[in-house]
Amino acid sequence: MRAAALLALLLFAGPAVAQPRSGYWDAGPQVRAMQDDDTANPGFLWVEQGRAAWQAPPPGGKACAGCHGDIAAMRGVAARYPAADPASGAPVDLAGRINLCRAVNQSAPKLAREGAEMLALAAAIGVESRGLPQRIATDGPMASVIARGEALFRTRMGQLNLSCAQCHEARAGARLGGAVIPEGHANAYPEYRLEWQTIGSLARRIRACLTGVRAEPFAADAPEMLELEAWLALRGAGLPMETPGVRP
Amino acid sequence: MLALALSSAAAAQTMDVPLTAVPGEPVRGRAIVTTRPLGLCLLCHAGPFPDRHLHGSIAPDLAGVGARLTPGEIRMRLVDPAASNPESIMPSYRRAAGALRPGRAFQGKPILSDQAIEDVVAFLATLKEE
Repeated sequence: MRAAALLALLLFAGPAVAQPRSGYWDAGPQVRAMQDDDTANPGFLWVEQGRAAWQAPPPGGKACAGCHGDIAAMRGVAARYPAADPASGAPVDLAGRINLCRAVNQSAPKLAREGAEMLALAAAIGVESRGLPQRIATDGPMASVIARGEALFRTRMGQLNLSCAQCHEARAGARLGGAVIPEGHANAYPEYRLEWQTIGSLARRIRACLTGVRAEPFAADAPEMLELEAWLALRGAGLPMETPGVRP
Repeated sequence: MLALALSSAAAAQTMDVPLTAVPGEPVRGRAIVTTRPLGLCLLCHAGPFPDRHLHGSIAPDLAGVGARLTPGEIRMRLVDPAASNPESIMPSYRRAAGALRPGRAFQGKPILSDQAIEDVVAFLATLKEE
C-alpha cells in the first residue's frame, strides 16, 4: 500500500510537465512583489491603453466593445489560446485572433504582432483571465499543431546545438550564467521584462532563446512559432494566468 | 571482441595530438574561458574565477579539471563532448557544420578556432586545485 502510494508520488513528481511551475517562483521576491501590485506592475500601462483601444472604433469600423460589450466578457478567452479559428479551422494565437477580428469584423488594418497597440490589446484581454487555469483545446486541428510544437521543443538547434527541452525541462531550476532557468511557461504573456524595459510577447521571448543558442529565429508569423506557443500552452496546462506578468 | 570495443571506446575519449602546430597559450585561454561571449564556458560551468554568482550550475566545476583530466582528454571534451558522455548537452567547439538553423552570423563556423581551442586546453590544464 505504502509502496504503491510512493510509486504514485514518484510518477507524479517525475517529469516537469506533471506539475508545471510558473516562472513567477523563479523571478525573485522583488519582481514577484512588482507583479502582485497592480499599481507597481508596469504591464498595467499597456493594460490601460488596451482598455482604451477596446472602446475606440477604428476609422470607418466598429470598436471591439461594439460587438463584445464590456471587456470583462473576455474572461477566460486568453487562457484558451492558441485555438482553431471556428470559421477557417486555422490555428491562431490571441494576436492572430485579434487581427482576424480586425479584418473580418472591424474593417481595420492588421496590427503589427509586436507593436504597442497589439501588446496593449492582448494585455487588456489577457488580464481578464488572470487566475484562471491555462487550458487550450487539444482536439481537431490543434492536435497536430501541438505535436509539431513538442517536436520542435525537443529539437537541438543553432550553433550551440541545444533544444528548448534540454534547458527548460531537464535543467529547469539550475543556473545558466547567473540566472535560474525557468520551465519556460506561456501563462504570463504579454509580460513586462526588466531586461527589455517594456512589455513583450511570447514570440519575442522565444526569439531571444533562439538567438541565445545562435539559431536563426523564426519569423513572428511563422507556423513554427505558433506550434511552439501551442505546445508551451499545453505543457503549462492548469497554471493560473498571470497576464501581465513581470519577469527579470 | 568486447575488450576491443571497450578499448576503442576508451581511446576515443582522448585526443592527444594538438589541433595546431603552435602550442596553446594559457593566458589567451584564460581570457577566452572567463569572457562569457567568447568562450561561453561560464554560462554552464562554474570555476575558480571572479563573479561566481554569475557562473552556471548545469555542468561540472572547472576547478581541478587539470588534475582530473589529461590535456588530451580536455581537448576531446571540447572537440566531441559526447565521446566521453553521450548525455552531455555541451556543443562541439570545433564542428563547423551540421547544426540545425544556425544563425546567419554563425553558418559554417565553429564556436572556436583550432588555435583558440588549444589555448583553452592549455589554460584548463593549469587548473590543478579542486
